[in-house]
Amino acid sequence: MAQAPTDLTRLAGYELAGLLAAGEVSSVEATQAHLDRIAAVDGEIHAFLHVNDGALEQAKTIDERRASGERLHDLAGAPVAIKDVLCTIGMPSTSGSRILEGWVPPYDATVVARLKAAGLVALGKTNMDEFAMGSSTEHSAYGPTRNPWDTERIPGGSGGGSAAAVAAFEAPFALGSDTGGSIRQPAAVTGTVGVKPTYGGVSRYGAIALASSLDQVGPVTRTVLDSALIHDVIGGHDPHDSTSLKREWPSFTAAAREGAASGSLAGLKVGVVKELDSEGIAADVQARFQETVQVLTDAGAEVVEVSCPSFEYSVAAYYLILPAEASSNLARFDSVRFGLRVEQQGQTVEDVMAASREAGFGPEVKRRIILGTYALSAGYYDAYYGSAQKVRTLIQRDFDAAFEQVDLLISPAAPTTAFKIGEKIDDPLAMYVNDITTIPANLAGIPGMGLPMGLGDDGLPVGLQLLAPMFEDARLYRAGATIEALLADRWGGILTTQAPALRDAAPSGSSATTAGGAA
Amino acid sequence: MSEITREEVQHLAGLARIALTDDEVTSLTTELSQIVDAIATVREVAGDDIPATSHPVPMANVLREDVVGETLTHEQAFAGAPSHDGERFRVSAILGEEQ
Repeated sequence: MAQAPTDLTRLAGYELAGLLAAGEVSSVEATQAHLDRIAAVDGEIHAFLHVNDGALEQAKTIDERRASGERLHDLAGAPVAIKDVLCTIGMPSTSGSRILEGWVPPYDATVVARLKAAGLVALGKTNMDEFAMGSSTEHSAYGPTRNPWDTERIPGGSGGGSAAAVAAFEAPFALGSDTGGSIRQPAAVTGTVGVKPTYGGVSRYGAIALASSLDQVGPVTRTVLDSALIHDVIGGHDPHDSTSLKREWPSFTAAAREGAASGSLAGLKVGVVKELDSEGIAADVQARFQETVQVLTDAGAEVVEVSCPSFEYSVAAYYLILPAEASSNLARFDSVRFGLRVEQQGQTVEDVMAASREAGFGPEVKRRIILGTYALSAGYYDAYYGSAQKVRTLIQRDFDAAFEQVDLLISPAAPTTAFKIGEKIDDPLAMYVNDITTIPANLAGIPGMGLPMGLGDDGLPVGLQLLAPMFEDARLYRAGATIEALLADRWGGILTTQAPALRDAAPSGSSATTAGGAA
Repeated sequence: MSEITREEVQHLAGLARIALTDDEVTSLTTELSQIVDAIATVREVAGDDIPATSHPVPMANVLREDVVGETLTHEQAFAGAPSHDGERFRVSAILGEEQ
């Protein structure tokens, strides 16, 4: 659809940053445009849990610094949305949970501090499944986020708020966190781009922990280059995170620019994971995937099938390891130092803790804490948690063997297009298998990207997943940007330009929906 | 079929310090049995000869210089506390009447 070129919210992040750096647009103008967009559509989308009332003031400061001739970062003045799992000074950080309602942290997550230091302006905090446990954002204690492509449908999860915010043009950049697919799966169902970096590539300091050996913070955007720009800002060693990797990373921005310019995948060996191209994948997703494989082949890539036999056990291993780690991590919500306290006269501190956790945690969080407590309890530990850790070794070995044959692995990023809100909420197991394509990367620690590969039969976005070997994040950006450019040529622009218009200022709680699919 | 009983769920809830309602115990008893059945498949492939992986990138003894780092002030540390006296977090009795 035709959009006036003056609408700053329709620009890609790198385009907006270019105008800011050139002084053609002020940060106040860019920030105001996005705040206006949030005011217009977020009543219906509910991507944000909190909007930063200091955003314009921060934008003004950036404009003044730029006017005074100070040399600023390339992204200075650009607005960014931050997933509520990340601690932010001056903004509540709830992780989507009632137990942290209104909690304002005394420190910034390292990734937030790095964005601030680069001069990006935080628009607010985005909605998520409670403590990042979920694949639909329906488990948020503050109500679901709606998919901008069809507001009766889920935007994926747990980072549905960040994905919906960029898909609905409420922000050009956002941050997410990915424990089992929470960046890549929302990208798939909202037609956007998201990257889970190599484990340890981005600091977890100040990210409210779900499963510490799986969690990784990453970018959420509409284009591959925009993700690279954010990754370059937030990545790198952080002494505050003992699992942070001490290594020099190449410029992901340069990799994305090279990839976009090359137009060719000649010399690239790509593996299709047989086990992720199975009967569990919907027919329309499979069809788009086959077409994409053809696009890759036409661009010179050599595509072969590889087998990762242990992937069959990845969901099972994940739903032992994650609850085990989560049940330990969430023990910190004890009603003593922060968060909700529910208390009656004469109760012991143990009673108060149990009552506070009963009142503060939602059903999915309780389910996983109890499951994790079970998996770690005496008599079951070896059979369940111990076995799951062995499966983790087998999955790493599968990836090692696959990457001896190919440079990159591809699969659908999610097994279906966005399902309807409410459709799977009462069936935990049906919800859990949504992450079948994304979980293996977290178990192995390797980097992955979700990016659009077209529309399904219902006119809803379908996502492609790219996986690279450990530390080879740059390979994702180079190939991802080439694939994005090839597909955009076929579509006449990136996929989000086809998203249906949203009604302005729809009343909150309205069940009205936009016209199903894209034009 | 894993048989997880109500009593087991109540015991786990006690360990996890969550005061579940009777209805929650009922639904969790059913759900946990189903979930444990689904995830018990990990035992099929976990042979004795396979080492366990706890962490994707093995690292050991990540230490820093033993010097004072960045710390929170009392005011910052207490800012989100449900109850405090300015120097200590305040909690209710540790021991009950019968203890």
